[in-house]
Amino acid sequence: MKGKFISVAIAGLFILSVSFTAGSAEHTQNDEKKDVPEIFFPGTLSSENFPCSKCHRFRPTDRKQRDLKLAHADIVLKHAEKQRWCLDCHDGDKLRLPNGELIDYDKPYILCGQCHGTVFRDWKAGIHGKTTGMWNGVKVYRICVNCHDPHQPKFKQIAPEKQPLRPTEIKLNLR
Amino acid sequence: MSKKIRNNPLGINLNRRTLLKGAAAGIAASALPFDKADAVDWDAFLQKHFTELTDEEIRNVIERLEKEASVEWKKEIHIGATKALPGVKFGYGLDLSRCIGCRKCVAACVKENNQSRTPQVQWITVLRFKKGEKWIDLENSEKYYNPELVPEPDYFYLPVQCQQCENPPCVKACPTQATWKEPDGIVVIDYNWCIGCRYCMTACPYGARRFNWARPEIPVNELNPETHYLGNRPRYKGVVEKCTFCVQRTRSGRFPACVEACPVGARKFGNLLDPKSEIRYLIGNKRVFRLREDINTEPKFYYFFAYGR
Repeated sequence: MKGKFISVAIAGLFILSVSFTAGSAEHTQNDEKKDVPEIFFPGTLSSENFPCSKCHRFRPTDRKQRDLKLAHADIVLKHAEKQRWCLDCHDGDKLRLPNGELIDYDKPYILCGQCHGTVFRDWKAGIHGKTTGMWNGVKVYRICVNCHDPHQPKFKQIAPEKQPLRPTEIKLNLR
Repeated sequence: MSKKIRNNPLGINLNRRTLLKGAAAGIAASALPFDKADAVDWDAFLQKHFTELTDEEIRNVIERLEKEASVEWKKEIHIGATKALPGVKFGYGLDLSRCIGCRKCVAACVKENNQSRTPQVQWITVLRFKKGEKWIDLENSEKYYNPELVPEPDYFYLPVQCQQCENPPCVKACPTQATWKEPDGIVVIDYNWCIGCRYCMTACPYGARRFNWARPEIPVNELNPETHYLGNRPRYKGVVEKCTFCVQRTRSGRFPACVEACPVGARKFGNLLDPKSEIRYLIGNKRVFRLREDINTEPKFYYFFAYGR
């Protein structure tokens, strides 16, 4: 009698744990849109070309993959360019996720997070990227494109500040 | 709890001020030149330890120091004395996988904290290491690197500043108790009590303390007038100074100047006692180390690698 009770209990626990894991696996897509920071550094959304419909209302999109010569020739893609073409991420005035879902331009982190999941997780926790504001109050985050050019996301080298003086070079004005 | 920080081995309960006022009349008169010994000098000479001062005494001291400083530096200078916030212990995180060695933090720190331009004083030192070498060997690092552009492909960078130890050797070394650890974990210096013996500099295993060999020179227009008694108020010749996690900013909720200056967001700052803080997240989830953990100084400055490499 006792043994039977235990086996039932174990079976129950097993079913319970299975249903839990199944539930959590289902919701990953939505999780990416939840728990994101709310206050952002004043935007640097590209203005010259946006909204796309400014021109593409009159000029239909040529969907064929090719070297861009007539328009957008200034955009050089250095971001897994061999596997990627403009329309993988752009669609009309929206950004396009790999599953075809369209998202707003001011939420690029959803798109970036599809590949850079660990970085996205760190960013939500405030570890990736710069946060300003108050350490004990409102924190101001930057969205991906505030710092990274999405077409060439790797940071360019910058000039460093001057090196410190060597002890022999330090002038001492004793008075 | 008594605010007294000194033990009296003879058990004589004589108030230090009373004792000094009596005995020091003779002793101090020989230390202070007779012709110059006005009330201000006496006040400075008899100033109690900062942690023993009452709020009103602090106000008086600061009023006197503000007056002195504005004459000395030809600019109105505000000296704050904000106390440590309850339930706060500051911690710092620095992402070594992101730091590019640009020294922007150094420049921001010099400006914010009124460090001497001539002779040069800088609280942050950025060390450069060749990738793949025995890099914890700090003595063989390069701090005078000067390439045209950073980061350089074969190197990585390690900024070092005061590690705000929980068990600070510098505090133990100080013969005048001019340096101590505040309740929020910041190790501070009272520039009016420091006698410039530099024992603390010898005791510090991180080389984080700096000495004012001469009167600091700061251009008046670059002088930051928002200061803190224990932090960035202009220093005197012959006193030691160091990073205070920007006590004048962080005690009112702002981030240190170096955190705000970092162009790659490698610097993180927060409250170690708050389980939801960024600093606690990175300690719990990232590869973390502290400099020279083996010597039991318990630094509150955590180097980490957010990126797997």
